[in-house]
Amino acid sequence: MEMFSLLADGFATSLSPLNIMIVLIGVTVGLFIGAMPGLGSVNGVAIVLPLTFIVPPSSAIILLAAIYYGAMYGGAISSILLGIPGASTAVATTFDGRPMAQQGKAGLALIAAAVASFVGGTISVVLFTLFAAPLADLALAFGPAEEFALVLMAFTTFVGLGGDDKLKTVIMICLGLVLSTVGLDLISGQPRLIFGDMPGFYSGVSFLVLAIGVYGIGEVLYTIETSKTAPTVTAAKITWKELGYGIREMNKLWRSMSIGSFLGFFVGMLPAAGATPASLMAYGIARQTSKRPDSFGKGNIEGVAAPETANNAASTGSLLPMLTLGIPGSPTTALLLGGMVMWGLVPGPMLFIEQPDFVWGLISSLYTANFAAVLINIALIPLFVWALRMPFTVLCSIVIVLCIVGGFAPSQKMHDVWMIAGFGVAGYLLRKADYPLAPLVLALVLGPLMEKSFRQTLIAEQGNVLAFIERPLSGTFIAIALLFFALPLIKMLRKNGRRAVAPAE
Amino acid sequence: MLVADRMIAGALMVLSAYFMWHAVELPIGWNGRTGGPGGGSFPFWLSAVMLVCSGLALLRSFAADAKASFFFDMSMLRSVLAIIASLVVTIALIPIVGAYIALPLFLFWYLRIYGGHGWVLTLSITLLTPVVIFFFFEVTLRILLPKGVTEPLFFPLYAMFF
Repeated sequence: MEMFSLLADGFATSLSPLNIMIVLIGVTVGLFIGAMPGLGSVNGVAIVLPLTFIVPPSSAIILLAAIYYGAMYGGAISSILLGIPGASTAVATTFDGRPMAQQGKAGLALIAAAVASFVGGTISVVLFTLFAAPLADLALAFGPAEEFALVLMAFTTFVGLGGDDKLKTVIMICLGLVLSTVGLDLISGQPRLIFGDMPGFYSGVSFLVLAIGVYGIGEVLYTIETSKTAPTVTAAKITWKELGYGIREMNKLWRSMSIGSFLGFFVGMLPAAGATPASLMAYGIARQTSKRPDSFGKGNIEGVAAPETANNAASTGSLLPMLTLGIPGSPTTALLLGGMVMWGLVPGPMLFIEQPDFVWGLISSLYTANFAAVLINIALIPLFVWALRMPFTVLCSIVIVLCIVGGFAPSQKMHDVWMIAGFGVAGYLLRKADYPLAPLVLALVLGPLMEKSFRQTLIAEQGNVLAFIERPLSGTFIAIALLFFALPLIKMLRKNGRRAVAPAE
Repeated sequence: MLVADRMIAGALMVLSAYFMWHAVELPIGWNGRTGGPGGGSFPFWLSAVMLVCSGLALLRSFAADAKASFFFDMSMLRSVLAIIASLVVTIALIPIVGAYIALPLFLFWYLRIYGGHGWVLTLSITLLTPVVIFFFFEVTLRILLPKGVTEPLFFPLYAMFF
């Protein structure tokens, strides 16, 4: 099989000494970032991205993917030990993880979370390996019309499937797209939206500036306001005996772990969904299908295993459309996509043909990252317990300094640092007022592709707008997009219809 | 806090109108018969959608059953404002006195004065951070951070590492 030889070649890349070191560093950083309340994978990737100039581009992406992975493992640590999720993706883990810790079973809960993450990660990476090449082959047939339709579909998933206020979601998508048009017009080459000829805007608004602002500074402000008192850390020690017992216990949980893995992978592929809803859904389904649903929420180990498999599987799932189609499945993968474009590795089907070494190196690094993460996670638990006692102000100060320096480094313009501060404050206020930030970041990253494919199609088709629906693939995507867009309206009408019918009964 | 909701919706309306005003510098309509939309049309019409949607969000907040989407924790608002102010001061200081003065000043203020941490912790982070930043960015990545008036102090270091 061709796939296996490609994967074997990939392992030759990812098992080079540099890349093994990169994976170990990435996973450890990710675990810490995930474990710190307030910082999740997206914050970690945003803050660390400017620092990755130190290694070659392909290793930089492997590093960021390893951080993404590690953060999914790490989120559970503070969910269990502090009772507050280390990242939003680990919310569902608090439901049963915290009660377990209070019953003195923190060690067992941590082992369960780590092993479940490993199972979810591994099953989903296998699924990823199976789906990647066929999906990339399919995407080879895409022209600009299909690209436009696909991006449109990605945005409408936020409206149709996202849990946020629909109106505010549309506002954020538009704002992101408008910000992406700042700078030189791709087709005519003329400057636009430079706000009275400000030179800093000629090169556009970088996704990195928005991401560092919103996910770095904005997150710090948000966490400072919402975390008033320091929470108490539950002590956890892990003995070999406990480890053996934990792994034997996990053997009984295949049902909930396979639910989590498959559900997580497919939910993770959708741009609007991702790891947080996937883990909540997996928790819900594991409880509904359990023989003892009432034991959930009181320290059932299955309630830790299901969401932890799901959030890891979802993070792998969200990498699939990013790498094969160039459409990120989550804000974190949107940043990975932006980083790859910055380094000249444009994701999409062509990448599989032009850079097979890189693609399969990255895929195989997910296997090694998973393996490294589960070992480091269990080995470093005492260190995490210590780190969680660190006052938040210490972490904040370092994050702010990294945001300033990291924001300056790529462009070496103070203009960008000011933009970061502005986006940070704006992002904090918008988040407070329930404006979703994920579509904003995704729109800024995908905006140039959307506009270019739209205008290229129209120029090629001599202004024929119907070209988008006449081509079978792009027509299908547009139809699905319209369906997603209409979904909230249909729901609203049905609700009103029921209300009207009810009194007549 | 409906007032804050309205202010944000209003600010977004102003922002989209401002974008539209700048977008008309390029053609916003159809470029000739066959050329597709002009360079200004994408930002212009998307800003228009944004204007309409934020207008609707503003209107919605006046509805009888409107609920405030958020509250500020007033006791913590001071901390948030203090951080924002210190951030602005730090960024403004960077081009003048250089990153290697401005960032340690920020760290010292934040850890010692604002955070009330001990001297050992404060001084070790305040003094170690610039050293790490120097070796990471300037020596390894060859990215020079702004130094302002402190530039001459770095000449011997440049001579040593470059």
